[in-house]
Amino acid sequence: MAPVLQSSQPWVEKYRPKQVKDVAHQDEVVRVLTNTLETTNCPHMLFYGPPGTGKTTTALAIAHQLFGPELYKSRVLELNASDDRGINVVRTKIKNFAAVAVGSARQGGYPCPPYKIIILDEADSMTEDAQNALRRTMETYSKVTRFFFICNYISRIIEPLASRCAKFRFKPLTEEIMSNRILYICKEEGLNLDSEALSTLSSISQGDLRRAITYLQGAARLFGSSISSKDLISVSGVIPEEVMQALFSACRSGNFDVADKEVKNVIAEGYPVSQMLSQLYDVVVESEDLSDVQKAKICKKFAEADKCLVDGADEYLQLLDVASNIIRAISNMPQEFSFGS
Amino acid sequence: MLWVDKYRPKTLDKVLVHQDIAQNLKKLVTEQDCPHLLFYGPSGSGKKTLIMALLRQMFGPSADKVKVENKNWKVDAGTRTIDVELTTLSSTHHVELNPSDAGFQDRYVVQEIIKEMAKNRPIDTKGKKGFKVLVLNEVDKLSREAQHSLRRTMEKYSASCRLILCCNSSSKVTEAVRSRCLNMRINAPREEEIANVLEFISKKEGLQLPSGFADRIAQQSNRSLRRAILSFETCRVQQYPFTVNQAIPPMDWEEYVSEIASSIFKEQSPKRLFEVRGKLYELLINCIPPEIILKRLLYELLKKLDSELKHEISHWAAYYEHRLRLGQKAIFHLEAFVAKFMSIYKGFLIETFG
Repeated sequence: MAPVLQSSQPWVEKYRPKQVKDVAHQDEVVRVLTNTLETTNCPHMLFYGPPGTGKTTTALAIAHQLFGPELYKSRVLELNASDDRGINVVRTKIKNFAAVAVGSARQGGYPCPPYKIIILDEADSMTEDAQNALRRTMETYSKVTRFFFICNYISRIIEPLASRCAKFRFKPLTEEIMSNRILYICKEEGLNLDSEALSTLSSISQGDLRRAITYLQGAARLFGSSISSKDLISVSGVIPEEVMQALFSACRSGNFDVADKEVKNVIAEGYPVSQMLSQLYDVVVESEDLSDVQKAKICKKFAEADKCLVDGADEYLQLLDVASNIIRAISNMPQEFSFGS
Repeated sequence: MLWVDKYRPKTLDKVLVHQDIAQNLKKLVTEQDCPHLLFYGPSGSGKKTLIMALLRQMFGPSADKVKVENKNWKVDAGTRTIDVELTTLSSTHHVELNPSDAGFQDRYVVQEIIKEMAKNRPIDTKGKKGFKVLVLNEVDKLSREAQHSLRRTMEKYSASCRLILCCNSSSKVTEAVRSRCLNMRINAPREEEIANVLEFISKKEGLQLPSGFADRIAQQSNRSLRRAILSFETCRVQQYPFTVNQAIPPMDWEEYVSEIASSIFKEQSPKRLFEVRGKLYELLINCIPPEIILKRLLYELLKKLDSELKHEISHWAAYYEHRLRLGQKAIFHLEAFVAKFMSIYKGFLIETFG
C-alpha cells in the first residue's frame, strides 16, 4: 500500500495512544500492563466495557510495545468481526497460529517475550460454538500463546472462557479526562472551542471518547476552526431542545390530533426515534409536575417501544403510540382500553 | 426523461433545498480529508441527489460516467464457497451498491467488497484524491452481523476507502457504526420549499402556473419532493393549461385504501372482513408494502374517529405493525388489525347507541 497522507487519517486513528501509559482513565489496566512490560509475564486477558473507552487501543498498544514493529507481524494475530471467525477459523487458523513455538529473542530494545498474542476484537459477536472450540486451544498452547478478548458485553462471553482470563472493566471516561483530551486535540489541530461547547461535547458523547473526537472532527470540517455548541449538536444527531419541548407540550395539551401532527413533523424532519425516546426519557424523569405513577406508566411504554424499534417496527407508529401513552398518563386517562378486550 | 431526473441538481451549487447542507458538504470535500458519512432522512428528501452531487464535487464530471455491472463474488467461507451476485453501479472513483439485496449473506458482501476495494487503491495521475468512495444504500436493512463487520473495516481501511451510507432511519443503524460516521440529517423539505421547486420547474418548462396550484400539490405530497414533482408532471399530462381548481389526482392505492376504510366504517361483520381481505390482497399483489398500507389505513381511520378511540386504535396499529415485521406473511397481520378495529368500533357503537 502506498504511504498514507497524515492528514487523510481520521483523528480517531491519528490520536490513538501508541503506548499503554497514555491510555486515559483506566488505571488498573494500565498498572497491570506496565507491570507486564517489565516482567514480560502476562495472563490471558478479557477487556470489556462500553464503546470508546480504549479497549482496542490498549490491546494494540501493549502488543506493539512488547514486540516492536519488526516482530509484530509474526507474533500478533488480530481478528475482529470483519474477519470470518466461525468455528472453522478457530479450528484451523487460530489453532495453527497458536501452535507455533517461538523463542525470546530480544530485539531493538523491545522485550519480545517467548509467546505470541492473539487479539480477538469484538469477541461478543463470536458464536457460542466458536467460543467453545477455543477453550481447549487456550489451555493447550498457553505456554506459547496469550489471548486478548475484547468485547462490549461480558455476558455474551461464555463462562469457561471468561474464567480463564484476567478480566478488566473499562470505565466510561469522566468529563474531566475527556475535556483534557479534547483540549489537547484542539490545540494540536488549531481549533477554537469555548467552554460551553466543551461541556456540550462531553455530555452528548456520554463517556465515549471516540464519539467525541468524531463529532469534533465532523464539526471542524463543516464549520471551520471555531466551533460552537450548536454546531456540535447538529453533527451529533442529538435532537434540539425545541423539538423535544414542542412534542412534549403537544402531549401535555391532551389533544391527540395536535400530538399526531407533531409526531408527523418529527418523522418528516428525519430525527431518529430511538434517540427521541432516550431524550424524552430524560425530559419525563426530570419533569416535576408528574407523579411517580405517571412517570412509571410512561417509562414502561418507552421500554416496549424501544424493543419494537430494535425489531424493526415502523418509527411513526411507535412514536405515535408513545405519544398517545404520554397523553393518557398525563391527563390520567385509564391505561386500559375500554372496548377492545 | 421524467422531470424528477431532468431537474435533479447535478452539482452542490445548484441544489434548491438543503442549501446549507450542500454548502457544508462542499466545504467538507474541498479540504483533503473527508470522514465517513451517514445520510439519513425520510424518502424523497434528497439524500441520493446530495450524494451524487457530492461525488461530482469530489471527482469532477468523471463521476457521472457510471456503468451498471452484475458482479459475482466468490466468498470462501470455510467448508464451502458462497456465490453472491449483486448489481453495482460504478465509476472509476466510486462503487455504489445495495448490500441488503444479498439477504442473509450481506455480511460477506460487506467484508469482501470493501476489502477488495481497499486493496486496489486508485492510481490517479492527478493524485488529487487518495481514496475511493463506496456508497452503500439502505444500510438500515443490513443484518446485525453485517453492521458489526462494518465497524472495524471502516477503521482499518480508512486510508484508502471512504464510505457513504444512506438510510431512512438511523435508529436501525448500530451505535458503533453511527459513531464512526459524520451524521447528516436530511429533513424532508417544507411545503414552501416544495412549492418553490415546482415554480422553478414550471418556469424552466415555460408553463403557466396559476397561483396556489403549486401549494396545493405541495400539501398533498406528504413533504416528499419526488412525489410532488411526479404528481405535478401527471397534472401536466392530464390537463394543460392548468386551471386554478384543477383536481390533483391522488395515488390509486391511496384512494383504494380510503375505500377500504369507509367500507369498514359502514359495516363490521365477518362478511365485510372477508371482502376487505380481498382488497388488501389486491394491494399487496400490486407491491404496495404492507406497512405503508397499514399506516395509510390508520390515517384514514383516524380521520373519522372519536378522540377517545384514537388512542386505542393507534396502539393496535403499532402493535400489529410490529407483529408484521416479526412475522412472515403480511396479510394475517393486516387482517388482524382490521378485525381488531371492527370489534372495537362495534363495541363502541353498541355502548353509545345501545
